[in-house]
Formats: sequence, C-alpha cells, structure tokens
Amino acid sequence: MINLFFISTEIFLSLSILFLLLIGVFKKKSESFIYNFSCIILLVGLAININLNPQFPIDLFNNSYKIDYFTTLIKSIILISAFLVMLCSLNYVKQNDILKIEYPILILSSILGMLVMVSSNDLIVFYVGLELQSLALYVLAAFKRDNILSSESGLKYFILSALSSGLLLYGCSLIYGFSSSTNFDLIYQNSESIEYGIIFGIVFVLVGLAFKITAVPFHMWAPDVYDGSPTSVTVIFAILPKIAALTVFINFLYGPFLEMFDQWQAVIIFLSIGSMVFGAVAAIGQKKLKRLIAYSSISHMGFALAGLSVGTNEGIQNSIIYLIIYLIMNIAFFCCLFMLKRENQYFDKVEDLSGLSKNHPLLSLSMMIILFSLAGIPPLAGFFAKFYIFTAVIEKSMYFLAIVGLLSTVIAAFYYIRLIKVMYFDEQREKYDLNHSIGLKMILVVSSTIILIYFINPNIINNFVSNITII
Amino acid sequence: MMNFPIISSLILLPSIGALFLFFINSKNITGIKYVSLFVSIINFLISIYLWLIFDQSSYEFQFVESRVWIKDFINYKVGVDGISILFIILTTFITPLCILSVNSSIKNRLKEFLIAILLMETLMIGVFCSLDLVIFYLFFEGGLIPMFLIIGIWGGERRVYSAFKFFLFTLLGSVLMLIAVISIYWIAGTTDVEELYKLGIDPKYQNLLWLAFFSSFAVKTPMWPVHTWLPDAHVEAPTAGSVLLAAILLKMAGYGFIRFSIGLFPVASEYFVPFIFVISLIAIIYTSLVALMQDDMKKLIAYSSVAHMGFVTLGLFTFTQQGVEGGIFQMISHGIVSAALFFSVGVVYDRTHSRRINDYGGLVNVMPKYSILLMVFTLGSLGLPGTTGFIGEFLILMGTFKKSFLVATIASLGVILGAAYMLWLYKRIVFGELTNQKLLKIIDLNKVELSILTLLALSIIFFGFYPDPFSNTYSVSVENFLNEYNDKLNSYNLQNQ
Repeated sequence: MINLFFISTEIFLSLSILFLLLIGVFKKKSESFIYNFSCIILLVGLAININLNPQFPIDLFNNSYKIDYFTTLIKSIILISAFLVMLCSLNYVKQNDILKIEYPILILSSILGMLVMVSSNDLIVFYVGLELQSLALYVLAAFKRDNILSSESGLKYFILSALSSGLLLYGCSLIYGFSSSTNFDLIYQNSESIEYGIIFGIVFVLVGLAFKITAVPFHMWAPDVYDGSPTSVTVIFAILPKIAALTVFINFLYGPFLEMFDQWQAVIIFLSIGSMVFGAVAAIGQKKLKRLIAYSSISHMGFALAGLSVGTNEGIQNSIIYLIIYLIMNIAFFCCLFMLKRENQYFDKVEDLSGLSKNHPLLSLSMMIILFSLAGIPPLAGFFAKFYIFTAVIEKSMYFLAIVGLLSTVIAAFYYIRLIKVMYFDEQREKYDLNHSIGLKMILVVSSTIILIYFINPNIINNFVSNITII
Repeated sequence: MMNFPIISSLILLPSIGALFLFFINSKNITGIKYVSLFVSIINFLISIYLWLIFDQSSYEFQFVESRVWIKDFINYKVGVDGISILFIILTTFITPLCILSVNSSIKNRLKEFLIAILLMETLMIGVFCSLDLVIFYLFFEGGLIPMFLIIGIWGGERRVYSAFKFFLFTLLGSVLMLIAVISIYWIAGTTDVEELYKLGIDPKYQNLLWLAFFSSFAVKTPMWPVHTWLPDAHVEAPTAGSVLLAAILLKMAGYGFIRFSIGLFPVASEYFVPFIFVISLIAIIYTSLVALMQDDMKKLIAYSSVAHMGFVTLGLFTFTQQGVEGGIFQMISHGIVSAALFFSVGVVYDRTHSRRINDYGGLVNVMPKYSILLMVFTLGSLGLPGTTGFIGEFLILMGTFKKSFLVATIASLGVILGAAYMLWLYKRIVFGELTNQKLLKIIDLNKVELSILTLLALSIIFFGFYPDPFSNTYSVSVENFLNEYNDKLNSYNLQNQ
C-alpha cells in the first residue's frame, strides 16, 4: 500500500494546475484571478509541505521517490521563493502584457517539476521532473513572443537545454548499463568496484546538471537568456531551477556515488573554480544589470559547488545556507529592478542607476546593502555565506580552492562597488515612479533587513539546515 | 553594576545613535549635529570611566564579555587590556572632534555623513576590543563600507579612483587573513584569542599564517610597497574622513600586529624580523624622501604617516620593552598629531579650496593663531622633545639600538628627514611674503576650530611632558606580553635542539 499522504504537496499542485487550466479555458478575462489564485496555491502547498514534517525517511513507489527532512526543507524553500517571486513580479507582468492565463500555470508546472526532481530517487523519475521543469521554462523564456530578444532567448535556451538533456540521458543510460539499475539505492549496491563506464556516466549527468545551474563551462546560455527574457522570468531563472538542480547534485553524488567521491570530486572542483573566476571576471564589462546578475549568479553557483566538493555533511549544510542567503539577496536585487520604472517602462542598464541615491534614498540604500552583501563584505549576510563555505573547504585543507575563491571575490567586489559608485557618486537623472505594489515594497524591505541584521543571530537560519544528514 | 556590559555598550552606542539619526528629518541640521555630537561625547565619557576603573596592575583581559554567537562555532567575546584600552580612548576622543569639525564643507547629505562616522566609530572600537579572531575580522573588514562611502560621496575630484583603490587594496589584503583565521580554527580548534595565547599554535604552520595576517595588516598600516592607496585616499577624503583614516584606521593594523601577529605567532615573528626591519627602513627613508617632493599638503602628511608607521612596525618587532612601548606610544601620538595636521589642512582648505603648498605662504601675517598651533603640530610630528612624537620615536630608537646598531642608525636618519619635510612645509605655508592675493581676506580660526586645535595641541604638549597616564596603563601588559613571547620562543628553541 503506497502512502499517498506524503506526496500530497505534489498531488495538490497537479490538481490545482488542471483546475486552473479549466478555469482559464472556460472563463474569459480570468488572468488576474488565476495569477492571484496561483499565489495562494503556492502558499497552501507550502502549508501542506510543512505539515508533512517527516520524522524519518520515507520511500515511495518502489523506492523511486524519497521524502525526508532534507527534501521537505528544499521543497519549502522552493515554494516560498516561488511565492515571493510571483508576488514581486505582479506589477511587471501586468504592465508588460505577459499576463496570460498560461503564465502562472507554466510557473506552477515548472515548480511541480522541481518538487519531483528534489524528491527523486531514481534516474527516470529525476529525468521526468527535470524535463517538466525545463519545458515550462522554455515557454516562459519566450513568453514575450513579439519581442525578438525574448524569442531568441527562448529558442537558445531550448536548443542548448535539449543538448544538455541529451548528454544527461546518455549518462543515465551508461550508468544503467554498468550498474543494471536506475534506482539510486540499487546503483549504490551494484557499483562497488569502480568501473569507467559509470564514471563516464557520472560525468555526462554532471554536465547536464551543470548546465541547469549555469556552472562554467556550461554557462554560455545564461547571459543571453537572462537578458532576453522578461525580468519576471529572469528572476525565476536566477533562483528556482538552481535550488532544485543543486539539490539533485547532492542527492545524486552523495547518494549512489558516495563511494566514488575521489573520482567526481575533481569535476566539482573544476566546475567550482571555473564558475567563481569566470563569473567574477566576465561581469566587469557588463552594461546591463540583467547580464551582470547572470554572471554574478554564475560566480555564486561556483561558491555553492565549492561546498559540495568537500565531501562532508558540513559542506553540504553550508551550501544550503549559501543557497538560502543567495536567494534572499537575489530576490531583493530583482525587487530593486522592478522598481526602476518610469511610466510603465522598465529600465535595466547600469547607467539607469546613475545618481539614484539623490532621488530615491531608501531604494538605493537597500540596493547598496544587497550589493555589498553580494560582494561578501562583513557584517552582511553574504559574507557569512562565503565564510561558512570556506570553513568547510579549509577543514579538508583545500587551500587552493579557498584562495582562488576568495581572490575571485575581490575581483567580483569591483563590479559590485562599481554599481554603488554609479548610484551614489554619479549625477542624478530623472525620478522613477513611486507607485509600487505593497507586496514588492514589503519583500524588498524585509529581505534587505534580513541581509543587514543576519549577523545578530545567525543561528536562526543555521538551525534549519543543521539537521540535514546526507552522509 | 559589576556585570554591566560596558564594552558592548561602548561598541553599540554609536550605532544606536546612527539608527536614531536615520529617523531624524535630514533638514534639521542642528538637531542632527547635536545628536551625533552628544552620542560621541557620551561614548568618550564612558571610555574615560572605563579607563579610570581599569586595573592597571593586572595584565589580564578585563571587562570580558562572552556570549554564544554562532552555535558550536564562535563566541562573541570582547574585553580590554592595557594595550587596547588606549586605542579605544583615542577613537572616542577623535570621533567627537571629527563630528565637531564638520561644517559648511559637507554641504549635501550631512545626515548620511554623520551616520557613516558613527558607524565607523562602532567598528573601530569593536576592532580594538574583540577577543575572537572572527569577531575581529568582522569589525576590521566592516570598516570598509563606511570609509568607502565617506571617500566616495564626500571626497574631492578624483574620489572615485581613490575610493576604489582603498576598497580593493584593503579587501585583497584581508581575504588572505580570512583564510588564516579559518585555518587557525581547524588547527587549534578555537578562534578565541585568550585560549590561543594559552594553547599556542603549532610552529610548523606559523610562517604561512603569519604571512597571511601580514598581507592584511601591511596594506592597512600601510607598509611599503603597498602604501600607495593611502596618499590617494587621504587627498580625496573630506577632512573628517582623513582624520579618521590617519588617526585610527592605520592604528588598527598596528594593533593587529601586536595582538595577533606577534602574540599568536612568536616563532614566525622572530623569523621575519629582518624582513620587517628592511621594509620598515625603506618605508621610513623612501617615503620621507617622497614627502619632501610633494606639493600637495595632504599628500605630504599622508607620506609622513607612512614613515611614522614605519617607526611603529620597527619598534614593535624589536620585542624589547622600550621598542614595543615606543611603538604603542608612537601610534597614540601619531593618532593625535596626524589628526591635528589634517584638521589644520582642512581649516585652510575650507577657506581657499586649495591644497597646493605653492598657493600659500605668509599665513603668519593673516592667521597668527593658526600659525602658532600649526607650529605645535609640526614640532609634534617631527618629534621635538616635549611633544608626544619625541617619546615614541626615542623609545623606538632605544629599543632598536638594543637589537641592531645599523638599523637604528638608518632609522635615525629618518628622524632628520622628518624634520626636514615638516619644517620646510611649515616654512612654505606660514612664513615668507603674502604673495597670493586671495589670502589677504582669509579669516583666522573661528571658535570651533580654535577649540579643536587647542585641545589637540594641549594634549600633544601635556602627554609629551607627562606620558605616565599612558605608559602606566600599558607597561604591565607589555611586560607580560613580552615574557610570554620569550617563553614561547624559548620552549620552541629547546624542542629543536
């Protein structure tokens, strides 16, 4: 007897998607209703998910689906951030003519895909979740279909993502061929002796996953897609798929292939160093904020991967803390982007920030806090995120990784403080609108306050992850 | 009252003041000034009270507060000993003067400026009393943000360049220190300074760790050849920013050398003595020569700061009672003298908007009070007996002679060069004929400027004749500090024989 209670979040989300589709088809002009309703659905889903609170790991569907504290935590994070993202992009979506019935439904289905990915304990289930997530995102990237950049970014994302999915599938088939199972637990049992076939398989799967979290050298799509997509979709790209994909990294590497740690560690270190350094260097020349944040997120993913390359529970926990702080900073950053509008036109160039502090002191103050935090300057939250990661890294005496990582933060600090310079030291321009929705303002104020005062009691966030035991 | 967290309140009070300022209407200029002045003076009084109840006969850390901060990892731990308490008093003494000196020169965003200064005070006091490496790092690095803004927003023409240079240089130096701090946590199992003093750190790691700390402190001190950010930062920063930078920020590194580099890594410190001596001598001689060539007043004083800090590092690394005490005294003295010099430059800059030495000359005819006070500061800077500058330099040279005759001789040359550039600066500004027509209408010091400068001049002379209040405070701590240092070194040498 399968206990369906434990996947009630997924069931609820799927039923809601179908229900909303029906409403959308039969009721005219229901876009706003569906959008608001899907926000509520996310909240209800979150409540259901928190309510599960499994005390011990639960395996479902022939051991191909796993629910434990870790997956439940990640699912809650995904649902909360999805809710925040939808709340803060409400006005943007309305004013840019992308509020169609499909828009919130696609977001919900992509989130459903992520939830499946996070809980998957089987290569096939994992792939199904990944594709559900990606297919919805392809459409979202091209959602402004009359805009040439948006269509381009959708197409680009689709082609490159298909390629990476192909590689990933190939890797899965190699793993299946050499271990004769697709189930993570069975693979773990069957692959005790190290076989090259499996290592090839792991590398191919990692390539596919690295593509999803934009780790160097599989990052090429990110700047164009971030830039071309509507900002409300960019914020999704910057946050949600990365949480899900990084969780899969953890489940996949520290599940079936834990014994092969020595083999895949080098791959992760390579991805990590490449992302940290490249993300930092390439962002310097960017003139558009969305491209800049794309490179910045590449660099941040490098840090999160550094935590995974350590091979200890602390490393994984610290990566999760990094991810949580990263998503708070990114949501806050995008809130600022949503506020740069004048007469329904949104601005996203670096020069548009010029002299912002004179006209909008509070907006630029929170932007400054966010940027210093992204740069990792103490005592802001971003510093602690990096501090934890390097604590884990240095524990295993991986000094090279630590030094390269910290030097790349110095390079990265340059372009973050350049934005601060533009806001605070340059000449002021025309004022921007002030009529933002209360939700947007609230999210910005709360998230930048969290970033600012995180240092007073770091245990609040740390306590969530301290129960995670993977190894 | 025994358990009242006096150190934490010292640290927090300026921040609370800053938070309060945040909610005041920015048009209410007098209100803003009075609130910030009031907060900083209260803080000064608390620190004086702290100094009075401080037990000078004990070398232990006093008023220690320890709380769990990050569970199972780091404790928030602060406290003072005879060395750090003087720096706290220096900080709380200089900050109100900075706030007082803010006048018409800061036209826009006065509120934000004062908030930045108060936050800076919090961070600087935090640096001097933190007894945990991570807490120290937080305060040490956190200072970057307000200082970056002070230089960048309220600075001169090339402020952007200077602010970036300041920020990136210091950040680059500090990240290596962060790696070292984390490494110490894994090597010794704690980042608590007191416990680390007791446990000691395995000598085989000390050299690398020392270098990592050095990279951070050398940039901040600043030592040759990474001093180049300092003249730029000083020149472009507003007066109050320059004062904070010269008087206190530079001392954070000197303090770091005593507390961490020497205290935690005695074996490595002994090993690197020749290296420190060489770059200190280069700093003293080379930057003194560079200072001679400057035609910008602030730049000249900035280079003189590098030279004076060269003396400080020289004194600290002699590991003699005189040398270390001299180093500490020189830091305090330089804190007062350089603050006074930058205030003085600020006075004439506000009137003429020029920092070029050639634009001045003959000021004695129009600004007699100013000329007298500047004379005191010049003499204090070049180390005339009877001023604080003399005591510091004299003790340092005495300590150095014990260690090495040659080094001390070369360093003494630096004293002569110091006299040369300071007196020449004074001559070019104050004496001679009044050639620049603009200077004819210049007004002498107003009441506020006069009181700031007089206060500084009096303290230079008073502590120049009567240094006991300072030396009594730190001598027991320094003595114990050197004993421990020698003990650790001897036990290491015994092991290796």
